Amino acid sequence: MRILVCVKRVPAPGARINVTADGQAIDTAHLGFTTSPHEECAVEEAVQIAEAHGGEVTVLTLGPADAEEQLRYAASVGAHNLVLVPIEDVDWDPQRTAAALAAAISGIEAAEGAFDLLLFGNESADAGGFQVGVRVAHALGRPVVNGIKGIDVGAGSVSARREIDGGFEVYEVPTPAVLGVREGINLPRYPTMKGRLASKKAEVVVVGQSAEAGGQDRVRLHRPVEQVSETVILGEGPDAAAAVVDVLEELGVLA
Amino acid sequence: MSDFPERANVVVIGAGIVGNCLVGHLARLGWTDLVLIDKGPLPNPGGSTGHASNFIFPVDHNKEMALLGEQSADQFRDMELSVDSGGIEVARTEERMHELARRMTSAKAWGIEARMLDPAGVKELVPFVNEDVILGGFYCPTVSVVDSLETGTTMRREAVETAGCRVFANTEVLDILTEDGPNPGDRTVTGVVTDKGTIEAGYVVIACGVWSNRIANMAGAMIPLVPTVHQMADVGPMDILAETNNEIGYPIVRDMDTFCYERQSAGSMEIGSYGHRPILHHPDEIPSNEEAALSPTEMPFTPDDFDDQMETAIELMDMLGDAEIKYAINGLLSLTPDGMPCLGETPEVRNLWSAAAVWVKEGPGMAQVVAEWMTYGYPRVIDVHGADVARFYEAECSDEHIWSRAEESFNKVYGIVHPQEQWEERRNLEVSPYFSRHEDLGAMFFQARSWERPQWFASNADLVERYGLAEREVEWDNRWWSPVTTGEHLNLRENCGVVDLSSFQIYELEGPGAVEYADYLAVNRVDVPVGRSIYTPWLTMDGGFHSDLTMMRMAEDRVRIVTGVFDGGRDSFWVRRHLPTDGSVSFRNITRNITTLGLWGPNAPAVLGQLTDHDLGQEGSPYGSIIDIDLDCGGVKVPISLFRISYVGDTGWEVYTDWDNGPALWDSLMLAGADLGIRPTGGGVYGSSGRLEKGYRLMGAELESEYNPLEVGLARPRVKAADFIGREAYLAAREKGDPEIAVCTLTVEDHTDGQGRQRFMMGGNEPILTPDGDRIVDSHGRVSRVTSAGPGPSVDRFLLMSHLPTELATPGTDLQVMYQNELYPVKVASTGAVFDPDDSRMKG
Repeated sequence: MRILVCVKRVPAPGARINVTADGQAIDTAHLGFTTSPHEECAVEEAVQIAEAHGGEVTVLTLGPADAEEQLRYAASVGAHNLVLVPIEDVDWDPQRTAAALAAAISGIEAAEGAFDLLLFGNESADAGGFQVGVRVAHALGRPVVNGIKGIDVGAGSVSARREIDGGFEVYEVPTPAVLGVREGINLPRYPTMKGRLASKKAEVVVVGQSAEAGGQDRVRLHRPVEQVSETVILGEGPDAAAAVVDVLEELGVLA
Repeated sequence: MSDFPERANVVVIGAGIVGNCLVGHLARLGWTDLVLIDKGPLPNPGGSTGHASNFIFPVDHNKEMALLGEQSADQFRDMELSVDSGGIEVARTEERMHELARRMTSAKAWGIEARMLDPAGVKELVPFVNEDVILGGFYCPTVSVVDSLETGTTMRREAVETAGCRVFANTEVLDILTEDGPNPGDRTVTGVVTDKGTIEAGYVVIACGVWSNRIANMAGAMIPLVPTVHQMADVGPMDILAETNNEIGYPIVRDMDTFCYERQSAGSMEIGSYGHRPILHHPDEIPSNEEAALSPTEMPFTPDDFDDQMETAIELMDMLGDAEIKYAINGLLSLTPDGMPCLGETPEVRNLWSAAAVWVKEGPGMAQVVAEWMTYGYPRVIDVHGADVARFYEAECSDEHIWSRAEESFNKVYGIVHPQEQWEERRNLEVSPYFSRHEDLGAMFFQARSWERPQWFASNADLVERYGLAEREVEWDNRWWSPVTTGEHLNLRENCGVVDLSSFQIYELEGPGAVEYADYLAVNRVDVPVGRSIYTPWLTMDGGFHSDLTMMRMAEDRVRIVTGVFDGGRDSFWVRRHLPTDGSVSFRNITRNITTLGLWGPNAPAVLGQLTDHDLGQEGSPYGSIIDIDLDCGGVKVPISLFRISYVGDTGWEVYTDWDNGPALWDSLMLAGADLGIRPTGGGVYGSSGRLEKGYRLMGAELESEYNPLEVGLARPRVKAADFIGREAYLAAREKGDPEIAVCTLTVEDHTDGQGRQRFMMGGNEPILTPDGDRIVDSHGRVSRVTSAGPGPSVDRFLLMSHLPTELATPGTDLQVMYQNELYPVKVASTGAVFDPDDSRMKG
């Protein structure tokens, strides 16, 4: 089975996310970078499918040259092929991103054969546009389901599950197909030391793409006012019991 | 917060291992009204303690680090928050095997159990080691793993319970308040401004780890350290580790030649590295607790820097290859320009203290040091001159210097560092007026703190042949040494030598109270006639050595202080710290105004006599006197002060003149002495061979705060009536009668090692042992060790100095010295000088 996973290099922030002075980006001065968590699960899922059914996993990212770090991380946990679609470090809008990805994927497929499955994260951890996977599927004319938390591979199709209130929806999707994966579908493995070292030697194929900007413009990022919660110490040891009971009664949790 | 205090006696900033232990120790010493604040949450506020690997390898070549490491390990043990896991330093190279032999020697000195292992012996203790890549190991069974967070919590709780210490987490320091004192430049800390309010404070202690310099800068003080990355990865799980059902079941392995360690942590292995490129950060680049993905000092991992370490770790332990990297950080720790901690009161601001650049392994011990220092005016547990924050000169406190030194020293954390090793970068910061002349003479410069001093001169290479000298047989012994230095010594004894002493740190006290104040600093009487000088100890409050130096009565109301370059920072601070506040004495640092040359040897009077008609005999220039005369330097009149004294044991002078006159003075002396055998002479003679032959004690070697003047043979028959610092303790020591120990000069009787090679000790704390091989320790726990070592060319012996119990301090006593894990016979020669013991050459 040939699987392609699209990932995005995103900052790994702490509780407080700072915005640059011009409001156009997250201030990453103190931050490391990672792969969006949904996409990390997508890579793990692809690797597990390939391990179970045979095949190859290609991981593709559209991002700055530094995004090679995320590609190599994917290789360190089992991805076989790495593709970088380089852009300047400013985030492209979803339409432009999707157009470039669709073109890049088409180029790869024309040379090496079609992918059976394209996996995306449900949404990116930073922009959270929820669009790219759907737009790529549309551009390539393939079926797409988002919010996926389970995949079973069949002959010529995949069975994809997503959570709804009180249960699951299950979709039988003919391949080639596009799935948007959610965190929780699996527990991604950590790279082994040997995996990390091998990933250093993996080839990163660079596929140049240009695409027209879409209709979505970023006006500015805005950091919401922090919710400040006050901690009141009711006391220490048994002496605090009465005060605790008072609070619980106040909250109406005591019968 | 309503209960945030408006004032406190002591505010300790930083609740890591140091700050917590400090409030605990202050409480034990009777302090009350303590406040401990940290900008992060408790129990892990996000500093370096929170990600420390928490192990202690107790063997260190440095006395302060070894003994405070031991002291700390014992404190962790006393709290039952420590496990002796054992630890092995493994060697992959022959050079490292020699270093491990040196470790064995230091282990013996400090009384730490240790033994060498062959590769099979290492594998027996750590079965997952690949014995094919190692040559052997140094095993220390008392290597321990500690719980630093719980220790901090325990000590903090003790301070809360016994001394009412108030603790405020999530409280950020915004400013440190100071007020000017009566003397120029004198400032005192008055409080701390935080985001919860302002606290007036009598004392403020900065125990903020990597943030310490930033906090100190708020008060205009300097704590020269830089946050530096130490990469660490936690990999696992591995069955063989998990099966121990233990946090630590196998000895920690330090893979010394790859600058890496492997330390079990339950089912995983922590791999830590000092082998990657130096990665330094400015404190402002450290994220806040809220901004940090993990914690502020657990910076994002940069995997490319760690790959080489992974390769070598897998070489040593194959199982690590399949282990998953679960957690990896660029952990921050503190590095200083000289690798030592920053303890004590800051020289810039009174009552503002530093307890910084301290790692977990020394934390409790160093906290005790600072607590004692604040309580008694000086630490009692051990002498810490090497860690005193006042030791730095201004040139050592710039960011450029701190960063450069940290970059150069980072990969030496596990390196093989020769005791005389010189820095590559940041040289020539402070040079004498003769520097270019010395360069032309092929001087080998050694840097003393920020000052360059010639150690020997290549231009004297002919002396090697003249005196039939040779290089040393073993490269390690020969490194940073040259037989030229012995040639310079013998020439000085035969003819004369001129020594650049411009790095002398020179201060002046002036004013109606100057002599009285000078007397208050010194054991010996400073109130001598104008033109006379004294050599004197300065004591700590407990009667040990703070300094030894020369004081000169320059005028009725002016006293000059001349001290060594290694002690200038501490001595200058000591003078300013105790300066009267009534305006009766002013302090000046005139180091940069005056240059000094030492001119010594039997021909010295004849050389100088060509430049002056003044009577240079003991009548016209008596020993110990200072006379002001003019020299005729090629037709130019150069005023000089001639101080008849000698640190090398031959007649002659320290010649003082204005800095700008230096070159003319040098040229005239060299010209005048051309036919009298004058040679430029380096520090190898002045500080080592000449001094050792005379048995002169050196501050920081034979003289430390742990020793009083009686114990080092520097007590005078009587004690002056005037009060001085340490007088009471000194009198008490005298009342006790004869001292328990004495400083002795020993001769090495046979230099031959097990391979038939001639070996030469370095003076690096090599233990002096009984003929049975036992350590020699006095009733205070002070060990007999080599404090200085070097050739005695004029007595044709290699000389060692050591403190010995008086029953052994008799000439002729046979003992042994351990060097590189081998024993050599030594003999006590003298408690004084082995060369010209009646000083006839100097005073005749």
